[in-house]
Amino acid sequence: MSLASIQHPLAASVAQLRVLNQPVPSWEPFEEALARSSLYPLTATGITVFQINVGKLCNQTCRHCHVDAGPDRRESMGHETAELCMRALAATDIPIVDITGGAPELNPNFRWLVKESRRLGRHVMDRCNLSVLLLPSQADLAEFLARHEVEVVASLPYYQAEETDRQRGEGVFQKSIEALRLLNRLGYGQPESKLRLNLVYNPVGAYLPPSQPAIEADFRRELKQRYGIVFHSLYVITNMPISRFLEFLLRTGNYERYMTRLVNAYNPAAAAGAMCRYTLSVGWDGTLYDCDFNQMLELPVGYRAPAHIRDFHLAGLNTRRIVTGQHCYGCTAGNGSSCGGTTAR
Amino acid sequence: MAGYYHQEDLPRFPEMGKSAPELWQKFSEWYSAVFAEGALSAREKALIALAVSHAVQCPYCIDAYTQDCLEKGSNREQMTEAVHVAAAIRGGASLVHGLQMRNAADKVSM
Repeated sequence: MSLASIQHPLAASVAQLRVLNQPVPSWEPFEEALARSSLYPLTATGITVFQINVGKLCNQTCRHCHVDAGPDRRESMGHETAELCMRALAATDIPIVDITGGAPELNPNFRWLVKESRRLGRHVMDRCNLSVLLLPSQADLAEFLARHEVEVVASLPYYQAEETDRQRGEGVFQKSIEALRLLNRLGYGQPESKLRLNLVYNPVGAYLPPSQPAIEADFRRELKQRYGIVFHSLYVITNMPISRFLEFLLRTGNYERYMTRLVNAYNPAAAAGAMCRYTLSVGWDGTLYDCDFNQMLELPVGYRAPAHIRDFHLAGLNTRRIVTGQHCYGCTAGNGSSCGGTTAR
Repeated sequence: MAGYYHQEDLPRFPEMGKSAPELWQKFSEWYSAVFAEGALSAREKALIALAVSHAVQCPYCIDAYTQDCLEKGSNREQMTEAVHVAAAIRGGASLVHGLQMRNAADKVSM
């Protein structure tokens, strides 16, 4: 169940921000940590990733989801906004289009966005939950992705069913394995293939992710041995203390300990390489954000940068000042965390 | 960890350096070096530490190394096997002393 569907107070971003902004003496304000690292104010270094979140509809309801996505959500990017996105993209040479959700493939404009982005010569990434590939309504989805050489970035928190299902729902692991086999059959993940298949690991609980190379080696060995599955890279992502994961932290009494862990693990190198510095995140309604997490906290780009895709102009966004908060410790702890894995290796 | 041990005491561990800072410094450096990647991986060391934590029955260590094992990418299956190793050694250590019993019994018996 999404927080929105049960009208949970934390479904509102203001309620989440109220928790996150509660001062705790031992938690240095994130801006002060940046200042200590000579990174304040944090600014963009140019946009290389145009990330489009097409909405919150999803066929799964993962327990850690920072989007609070689910089958009940109806927020969805319409064609007019999708067109504005492509118009903005066409006016730039931003090389990567990263499409996310929810399950982005369920948006009626998803395939149009893919085709248009490819027509413009851009590399396209699909943040895929895997099980969507098995839905009867999406029977031709995998072939569509392969035909357009879309990079698949697939969530798989662990190489065993117990952990994966605990986070993503009963039976999801088996479906994920089936979907990965389907992708492998189409050429995805094969060593020399240009059909890129990357997996995403995130902890199944209130702890930091392991070293990316170490867990990637485990995934590679175990998925090959147990299921004959191959993939290119594995990205580790830290769970962000927002939305459903924040609710989990608070409900289980893990919030203070987890935040302390994040704050104490602040890494200036990870902050310097944070994805918000090279990403522009577009919301389903066209609002512009520094990242998908700020999007879910309804913190649009600030400091006079154009805040809607209809007002997009690259010069106003390329070196914009980034909106930060205590949640940003999630991306800067340890080896760092981004949609492309660790940021400080 | 209710009663004698308190979870909130674990982060206070460095207070042990207050009255003997040099010893604490030496301990901290040695401790960090022990757990660094070496001939054994950091994950293997965390699993050993988890097993030893159970053998010495230190609630702080169990808490810390459960978290550490998870953060090193171990799963419950692996962590449970590590605890079984500790349990087997403890159990085996008791049982092998049965030989002392047998020796003692032999000595006084006809």
